[in-house]
Amino acid sequence: MNPVADCIGKVYLAVMKSNNSKKDSFTARREVPGHRKTDDLKFTRVQELVYELKVSDAMMQKVITTSPETSMSELREILRANRISGTPVIENGRLVGIVSIEDFIKWLAEGAHDCPIKDKMTKNVKTMYTDEPLIHAVSKLEQTGFGRFPVVDRQSKRLVGIITKGHIIERLLQKLEIDYHEEEIHRYRASHIFEDIIADKVALTFRSYLKGRDFDRAGEASSGLKKTLERLGIHPQIVRRAAIASYEAEMNVIIYAESGEISVEVQPGEIHIDVTDSGPGIPDVQKAMQPGYSTAADWVRELGFGAGMGLVNIQKCADDMELTSNPGKGTHLKIRIDIRTTQPQTKAG
Amino acid sequence: MTLNEISKILQADFAGDVKDLDKEIKMACGSDLMSDVLSFIKADSLLLTGLANPQVVRTAEMAGIAGICFVRGKQPQPETVKLAEEKKIPLLATELSMHESCGRLYREGLPGCDEIK
Repeated sequence: MNPVADCIGKVYLAVMKSNNSKKDSFTARREVPGHRKTDDLKFTRVQELVYELKVSDAMMQKVITTSPETSMSELREILRANRISGTPVIENGRLVGIVSIEDFIKWLAEGAHDCPIKDKMTKNVKTMYTDEPLIHAVSKLEQTGFGRFPVVDRQSKRLVGIITKGHIIERLLQKLEIDYHEEEIHRYRASHIFEDIIADKVALTFRSYLKGRDFDRAGEASSGLKKTLERLGIHPQIVRRAAIASYEAEMNVIIYAESGEISVEVQPGEIHIDVTDSGPGIPDVQKAMQPGYSTAADWVRELGFGAGMGLVNIQKCADDMELTSNPGKGTHLKIRIDIRTTQPQTKAG
Repeated sequence: MTLNEISKILQADFAGDVKDLDKEIKMACGSDLMSDVLSFIKADSLLLTGLANPQVVRTAEMAGIAGICFVRGKQPQPETVKLAEEKKIPLLATELSMHESCGRLYREGLPGCDEIK
């Protein structure tokens, strides 16, 4: 089957499904945490979207209109040239009717005697407001069987757009495509790599080297770590925690030490981040762990750091953290983050 | 609230090429202390700050911040703009003070990070 047609079919089916399901059950389902089958996820996302998006998000703003005096023979050319199936009829800026390809076919069947549009148009026009949720448009199109609704602004009552099933599907597909790209990355889970390698113990290790006082590059190592973990398909919340912990540690090395390195080991169930430096060391580790304790110079504070929160932050993000330091020799920070649960196991004091 | 609405409320201009007018911002946080930002900001927030160095963008990247607004007339350094473009993080700059910027957004209904569960 044609993949595009299949996709449109699925989206529309999902829209209809959401149309028939009650809003309550939809909200409840949306809050269920954890993983779902891909199909389930997609359908739920479409259901979310039709509630989230407004008519104005999906409508076509450029509306081709006709006047009541336009002839039916001219209409044929207007529909053909613009590849549309109907147009609102406007007189003195006011919406007075709507004429569609069905009216045109009926006119042809009746002998095609040329006459103005006003004789054949539908006069009692049903419209939609820009601020209505998209689900209203889906329901109305389904209930009435109409192909299109002119969209008017609630305040000015002026015609601002037109909406059809086609526009709705187009907009949903656009939104889903964005979601799909994100999901595609998630699907390639870290566990796949580990499952494919046959050994007693499998781990992926990568290392970045840091240079003290190199503020132009400060954060690059953690940026790389973040990207790598994302590509491995690790849960975004865990990636965020690892990135923040690593970034704070990286800043510490760059601020206080001559050089250092960040070594990351990803195992099937956990991430280990080891940060070592050849800096001055920390004379009193316990004191350094107190929120707000800092020995940072003013220039460090000007960068937005050095407020004595770095280690506290790292602890908050980590499941386990171990800080050892030899004054005059260097500091070694070990961070462990569990991949299986998104919330840290140990809470900062 | 969209980034476009925020730019109007704060009379702010976009700095750099990333102009996601329709980007939805759910909450905001104002701070010049990057460690504080890393500690309590939630993903998809707007960060208001008086710091204009590249570390602000790095912080935004790590914490998944949706956009940054520089307050009290601070213009981001060229390296800051370059990094933000690379990381696709939109930047705004306003003449308003931190206090007034936060106040205006709060009045228009944009909550703080600790109010969102």
